[in-house]
Amino acid sequence: MDIEDKLRILSDSAKYDAACTSSGKTHSSADGIGCCERSGICHSFSADGRCITLLKVLLSNCCIYSCSYCVNRAGNDIPRACFTPRELADLTMNFYRRNYIEGLFLSSAVMKDPDYTCEQMIECLSILRNEYRFRGYIHAKAIPGADSTLTARLGLLADRMSVNIELPSQKSLEKLAPDKTKQSILLPMSQISNRIQENSTELVKYRHAPKFAPAGQSTQMIIGASPDTDFQIIRLSEALYKKYSLKRVFFSAYVPVGDQRILPKAGTPVPLLREHRLYQADWLLRFYGFSANELLDEKHQSFDPMYDPKCCWALAHPEIFPLEINRADYELLLRVPGIGVKSAYRIITARRRTNLDFSDLKKLGVVLKRAQYFITCKGRLEEGLKITERGMRRQLMSENVAKALDIGNDPEQLSFFDEPSEQKLLPEKEDYVKCLTGQM
Amino acid sequence: MSHRSDVIFCYDGSFAGLLCCVFRCYEIKVSPAGIITSDTEQLMLGEYEYINTDDTKAQRVQTGIENKLGRRALDRIRRVFLSCDEQKDLIAARYIILGFRYGKAVSGMLADDTVNAFFSLERAVGNEAHLYLGFVRFSEQNGIMTSVIEPKNSVVPIIAGHFIRRFGGMPFIIFDKTHKTAVISSGKEAEIIFIDDLHTDPPDSNELRYRSLWRTFYDTIGIKERYNPRCRMTHCPKRFWSHMTEFTGDTDTNAALTDENTDTRRIENKSPEMS
Repeated sequence: MDIEDKLRILSDSAKYDAACTSSGKTHSSADGIGCCERSGICHSFSADGRCITLLKVLLSNCCIYSCSYCVNRAGNDIPRACFTPRELADLTMNFYRRNYIEGLFLSSAVMKDPDYTCEQMIECLSILRNEYRFRGYIHAKAIPGADSTLTARLGLLADRMSVNIELPSQKSLEKLAPDKTKQSILLPMSQISNRIQENSTELVKYRHAPKFAPAGQSTQMIIGASPDTDFQIIRLSEALYKKYSLKRVFFSAYVPVGDQRILPKAGTPVPLLREHRLYQADWLLRFYGFSANELLDEKHQSFDPMYDPKCCWALAHPEIFPLEINRADYELLLRVPGIGVKSAYRIITARRRTNLDFSDLKKLGVVLKRAQYFITCKGRLEEGLKITERGMRRQLMSENVAKALDIGNDPEQLSFFDEPSEQKLLPEKEDYVKCLTGQM
Repeated sequence: MSHRSDVIFCYDGSFAGLLCCVFRCYEIKVSPAGIITSDTEQLMLGEYEYINTDDTKAQRVQTGIENKLGRRALDRIRRVFLSCDEQKDLIAARYIILGFRYGKAVSGMLADDTVNAFFSLERAVGNEAHLYLGFVRFSEQNGIMTSVIEPKNSVVPIIAGHFIRRFGGMPFIIFDKTHKTAVISSGKEAEIIFIDDLHTDPPDSNELRYRSLWRTFYDTIGIKERYNPRCRMTHCPKRFWSHMTEFTGDTDTNAALTDENTDTRRIENKSPEMS
């Protein structure tokens, strides 16, 4: 099989892994080729709009496991291939020199057994790091079930490591991926997390200690393959961030490539909006100081398809608004819809010099269309602002959702809003379904 | 400084020349209505004054900026100077004058129109430079990695350092077609020069092979069920496509493809397993 066919088969098998960042570490190529940029660099964007920054491939897609959601499960009729470690190292170097990629994302199906698979991956990365002196970014997946010393060696060669949790609850895991136990997934995560911690103490004592996964650890969950709710997922993400000090949790909307006897069938729409809401919530947890319990709770287990989580929270807490722009704390400013991290920082910088008014806020990049309902400047609301429930809700909705629901800009046209109720909007059930499955 | 609305400075287009314009503002105590380079058409009505570039005067202004505003401010002013915006010289000069008046505090005066415009330009230049870190595509020509780009702003001085670090001693060239600037590195030394054009040989078989492999990877990695060309366009506007091999296909032409073309190429290249 020539390398072009192998590349096609093995990148086709790897494409459902959402992790695609090359951020988290700065490195210069003092003694080799390549460097890392702290913010990460996007080299291209695929036809589905996702960023391409790394050469994302499996070392092999010949798997002995049969996890039902996975396209590479044993027994599934797809072409199988395997790179030799040197072939992959050569390919990576040549792509890297042409600035096609920032580095390598290496995962693998489990060939023979987890230890053997890990050893093959280590060989490929050793060729890259030691023989070709590659100093670019490497993201390696840890193989659940592999020996801890092998995982440790992998961490010394890679910049970021990850273990995919895939399914958000033990029950789903038992049903859909019986070869992987909860222990076999969480154990390497905790090993990696502990090793990273030990490494940071070692580096304090000895500056040239070898670095273990300097860009940290991440993981991924599949959305829509199991009945777990948004609340369970976001609570699990929060716990993972706290317990394992992960850098990122990725969410991957389920594409029906799995075993159709127990999973959604082919033709089921991919739950893109739900994935989008989860990423919005993830950002709120990491950058806006929210906790999972503030966004959802036992009674509200799913995100609202009409409004993003931050808006929902703001609408549910009218007691803290309106905020005075020239006085409010940074933490509270972050909670206003239409004010992001950058705008909030600019507000507190600019207001040291002068009192701000609405035209100043516009210059600073605040989205007044949304924020105007929640803030005052110098004690006053925006001039000419009429606060009606329907008008406000229309303005807070995203353009795509409003267009899909056929809601015009003039609040008077709406028939949805005749009785403002606790349930906010009362669209048809089909519209809810359309939102959830990404047709809107 | 009194504001005379009819004086327009005209200078040679160099950074030192711009600093001399600022020097002139203080010499004759006016703030000009416009600053243009000598190769721009003189469309505004008013009195035009040509400013000669004098290195001593430029150095005095530069030292003043470093002392009053810090080294970082000087880097920011250089960035704005690289902008393609027509007003960049005037905005930069006004910012420097404000800086001399208020000191370091000027960077916090975000509600001020001049400061706001200055930082907007700086962001625009910085954003384009950051995109190019990823979108530059090299071809191997006789052992030298060569690339051509056509940016709106003159980003080569900003991205040069990154690629010098990245290539770790290998020779490379990046040619900016719009601004006729290039960074040339022998591996040991690098410099930024002005050249009219860069002659490139047709790619050899090894180069073509890796371009084809990259296109295979690019076409395969997208998930059909999530096809979203608008999202792709937001992140990677079409103006970058002409020098990126995954969008141009086998031809080396500058013709940018439409979404339909790209997808046709994608479908034609698909292997039987994909359908």
